[in-house]
Amino acid sequence: MSFIIKGETGDWEVVIGLEVHAQVISKAKLFSGASAEFGAGPNEHVSLVDAGMPGMLPVLNEKCVEQAVRTGLGLKAKINQRSVFARKNYFYADMPQGYQISQYDQPIVGEGTLILDMPDGETRAIGIERLHVEQDAGKSVHDLHATKSMIDLNRSGVPLMEIVSKPDLRSPEEAGLYLKKLRSILRYLGTCDGNMEEGSMRCDANVSVRPVGSTELRTRCEIKNVNSVRFVMQAIEHEAKRHVDVWESGAQVDQETRLYDSNRNETRTMRSKEMAHDYRYFPDPDLLPLEFDDAYVAGIKATLPELPDDKKARFISAYGLSAYDAGVLVAEQESAAYYEHVAKLSGDAKLANNWVANNLFAVLNDKGVGIGESPISAEHLGKLLLLIKNNTISGRQAKDVFEIMIKSGQDPNVIVEERGMKQITDTGAIDAAIDQIISQNADKVAQYREGKETLMGWFVGQVMKATQGKANPALCSELLKKKLAP
Amino acid sequence: MSLDKATVRKIATLARIDVPEADLDATAARLSGILSWIEQLNEVNTDGVQPMSGGLDESMGLKLGWRADVVNDGGIRDKVLANAPDANGAFFGVPKVVE
Amino acid sequence: MTNLTTLTIAAARDKLAKKEFTALELTEAHLAAMEKHKALNAFITETPDIACARAKESDARIQSGKAGALEGIPLGIKDLFCTEGVQTTAASHILEGFTPQYESTVSQKLRDAGSVMLGKLNLDEFAMGSSNMTSYFGPVKSPWKAKGRSDDLVPGGSSGGSAAAVSGYLAMGATGTDTGGSIRQPASFVGIVGVKPTYGRCSRWGIVAFASSLDQAGPMTRTVRDAAIMLKVMCGHDPKDSTSAKLDVPDFEAALGKGVKGLRIGIPKEYRPDGLNGEVAALWDKGIQWLKDAGATTVDISLPHTSAALPTYYIVAPAEASSNLARYDGVRYGQRVEGRSLDEMYSKTRAAGFGFEVKNRILIGTYVLSAGYYDAYYLKAQKIRALILKDFSDAFAKVDAILTPTAPTAAFGLNDKQDDPVAMYLNDVFTVPANLAGIPGASVPAGLNSEGLPLGLQVLTKRWDEETMFRVCQVLEDAAQFPYLTVTP
Ligand SMILES: [Mg+2]
Ligand SMILES: [Zn+2]
Repeated sequence: MSFIIKGETGDWEVVIGLEVHAQVISKAKLFSGASAEFGAGPNEHVSLVDAGMPGMLPVLNEKCVEQAVRTGLGLKAKINQRSVFARKNYFYADMPQGYQISQYDQPIVGEGTLILDMPDGETRAIGIERLHVEQDAGKSVHDLHATKSMIDLNRSGVPLMEIVSKPDLRSPEEAGLYLKKLRSILRYLGTCDGNMEEGSMRCDANVSVRPVGSTELRTRCEIKNVNSVRFVMQAIEHEAKRHVDVWESGAQVDQETRLYDSNRNETRTMRSKEMAHDYRYFPDPDLLPLEFDDAYVAGIKATLPELPDDKKARFISAYGLSAYDAGVLVAEQESAAYYEHVAKLSGDAKLANNWVANNLFAVLNDKGVGIGESPISAEHLGKLLLLIKNNTISGRQAKDVFEIMIKSGQDPNVIVEERGMKQITDTGAIDAAIDQIISQNADKVAQYREGKETLMGWFVGQVMKATQGKANPALCSELLKKKLAP
Repeated sequence: MSLDKATVRKIATLARIDVPEADLDATAARLSGILSWIEQLNEVNTDGVQPMSGGLDESMGLKLGWRADVVNDGGIRDKVLANAPDANGAFFGVPKVVE
Repeated sequence: MTNLTTLTIAAARDKLAKKEFTALELTEAHLAAMEKHKALNAFITETPDIACARAKESDARIQSGKAGALEGIPLGIKDLFCTEGVQTTAASHILEGFTPQYESTVSQKLRDAGSVMLGKLNLDEFAMGSSNMTSYFGPVKSPWKAKGRSDDLVPGGSSGGSAAAVSGYLAMGATGTDTGGSIRQPASFVGIVGVKPTYGRCSRWGIVAFASSLDQAGPMTRTVRDAAIMLKVMCGHDPKDSTSAKLDVPDFEAALGKGVKGLRIGIPKEYRPDGLNGEVAALWDKGIQWLKDAGATTVDISLPHTSAALPTYYIVAPAEASSNLARYDGVRYGQRVEGRSLDEMYSKTRAAGFGFEVKNRILIGTYVLSAGYYDAYYLKAQKIRALILKDFSDAFAKVDAILTPTAPTAAFGLNDKQDDPVAMYLNDVFTVPANLAGIPGASVPAGLNSEGLPLGLQVLTKRWDEETMFRVCQVLEDAAQFPYLTVTP
């Protein structure tokens, strides 16, 4: 999936690295006992520690350590049994201590790998540079007052994992796939809910371009805090084209931090970041190095779920699905579980895939709900497929039953029973209907016998009509063929 | 190492301490005096020495304690805002920040 | 019922228990002394109402037989400890008017033990200084005068208010904090006992931070026994401080009578540099003899990186301070100077709120951490700190305690010109190494110089061995028969 920008001087490729800030799923904050929950009134979820009061000290939340290690394991990354919290010093209104507690040269997780599932079924490995744990800042609200910004510290101290990729991505699409896959893994692991709208997953994109064939790394710009996958892709595309224009005009791209404006689909220099930064990182003297042993890591490893890549491989081999179909099903753990349930109940993995990935997902999409809120349970869908498999109902009838199930949530067996929707497989009843139709439509019978075989469909339709759609269609055409034979 | 005026201006900006232009030379001289005294440390051989981590590591006989993931703090907005020079409703007010 | 204020904590504790006087009477005697000696400027905020209320509560507990370890004992609290509902300034204009909504762990423990807070004691601004002259609320005067002279002397610093209050009988004891000698040096200057425990003994929660990896709270009292009593109450594990040790607190008072027979006392040659004040050197020799007389053996030892300690400290402490003091930005508490932009507000607030020495140190700290200089300064300092730690661990493989002078001189004049910051820093040359190494250290008043001014001796032991430190201190105190200040309380 190559992404080439056609410039006046030739073809350019884009080099992308992503830094994702993922909010750790925990009850309390990284270094205080205040709630990390989203959505409280201003300054409600704030302890004296989060407000940077004099003499307040950080105490590390064990859950955040566990979640970081779990995520590192999920990314097949190196777990560092000794890591160090460092202070990143800078002034900002919503950062009460005047520094962010983060990790610098000794992060908790080192290099790892994330596999992209390309639309053509191929995969591509993207390097993970590191994962470190750090605290979030508060929030400045700029539109409440004419001359003032208002500071809400609810997010101050909320635990984040910063996951940094290597500059291995080569197109906006790959960046999008990376984010979706990362979100999928984090959700499988239960370490981040991946909700970009609420800000529990935010992305900074480092973008540069270079002539195709070149291996140099040109000046990159960092686009900060983009809050949807689509915007990340748009921002990268826009920024890459801007770089090509700058280079081709003979100018230089300045290394800077930029902001993406989704309304105008453009990036621009962040004014608040213009001042030269010198973060003066140093180990936080309020905290000792973070250390744990092999047994701690092994204990977490033992509780890891089957992750998307492994599940996908298993779906391909166990169920005979295509890589693409398997990839769609495993993107969400709940969908994968739903599918497996249906496949097992029905005993037909491919039929299950058709019904889950096509029919059911289309309904969920329409309704804008997740699999968790599906109006049809996996149990019921499995029963429906069984009714098809044992010829109780036809495929056509199944579609009708499916529609009723969506509205009523009823068991398909009940629906079929109550509405008398069972297929008629009794040749006597079908014979009678056929005889009547033949006797009433002599002209059509003649035309058929003269060679107009396309009329067969019409005859089948008439029989179905006469039996209220309950006749087994295969049986119908078999009997019709016999009776209509010249 | 003697500090020049420009460096003092830069570190004063980083530290967000307004140093009047007229005081920059005197400040530079004073800080330079302290730094040149500190530079006697260049004579200490530290080849192959493992630096302490922030002054606090296992060599101090301490181990980092962890806290359980329990919500037992927060919900004290009045206390948080009690000393604010500009408590604006439920917020801290500051001069408008332009992104 | 005269001279209640000259009692030791131990004596007052026993007499209160025997109901020879009430806690309220004891407190009122101290409040009267504070009133009389206001000119010392030992307190930034006096809290007589709180003191009387707590004294009455103490009397009730004594009556009902529920007295705590420090029941009814009037203490001063250094104004670096946050106290709930009582202004806490760190002697800085930037925190003027700040009323914490919380109580520091150490002051809470003292309160829980029944002690009575008299007020908040003056100090060098943010504990940065060795003379108490950097306080925004004015310098503290030592109650001591040189023989035949009337000019005022400094009490040392940064715990200068604590030193003046305890030596001048305004309080029976006081809290101090020691980052580079801020308990021990003033204790030496005013002839009292000052103890900096092992780093990690006392919780730092609720104490305004200066340099987090060095700061440690400790007691300042007139006797070694009183220090042992007070320290036991002050220390112990605090889950709110990640650097607080999970160790049981020994009964320091119980260690006092054990003497020093058989102990090996290290005498480090690096503490006797060329040009060491002759009277200080002579007193040190006296101290060595006292310990030998009591059955200890002395061992000549070397702490080779001693001379590197002070400049190392002047990298580490300002670096940490530059970061610790970033929170004073005029947004959430303290003083604010308005500006047209956020950055202008910050810069004006901090320029107006911090004093000269604090700004000096913030700028130095900012510089040594900044890009391009980190390795040459901060990283180098952390390596030397490791070497200093090793010096001590090598030494303590051979000796049980180390004896040195506490400070290179006696107290100097309040009006002596102090132009050279480095000259002022040298006050802490003997005390700083213990902070860098995290080991406990105490200063015991050991004698007077020819001008009649106190000089102290410092006892250092290995980490967590305050008991040995107290044993040695007790022997020195007994031998010194230090002539306590004779003032009219
Ligand atoms: Mg980043
Ligand atoms: Zn980050």
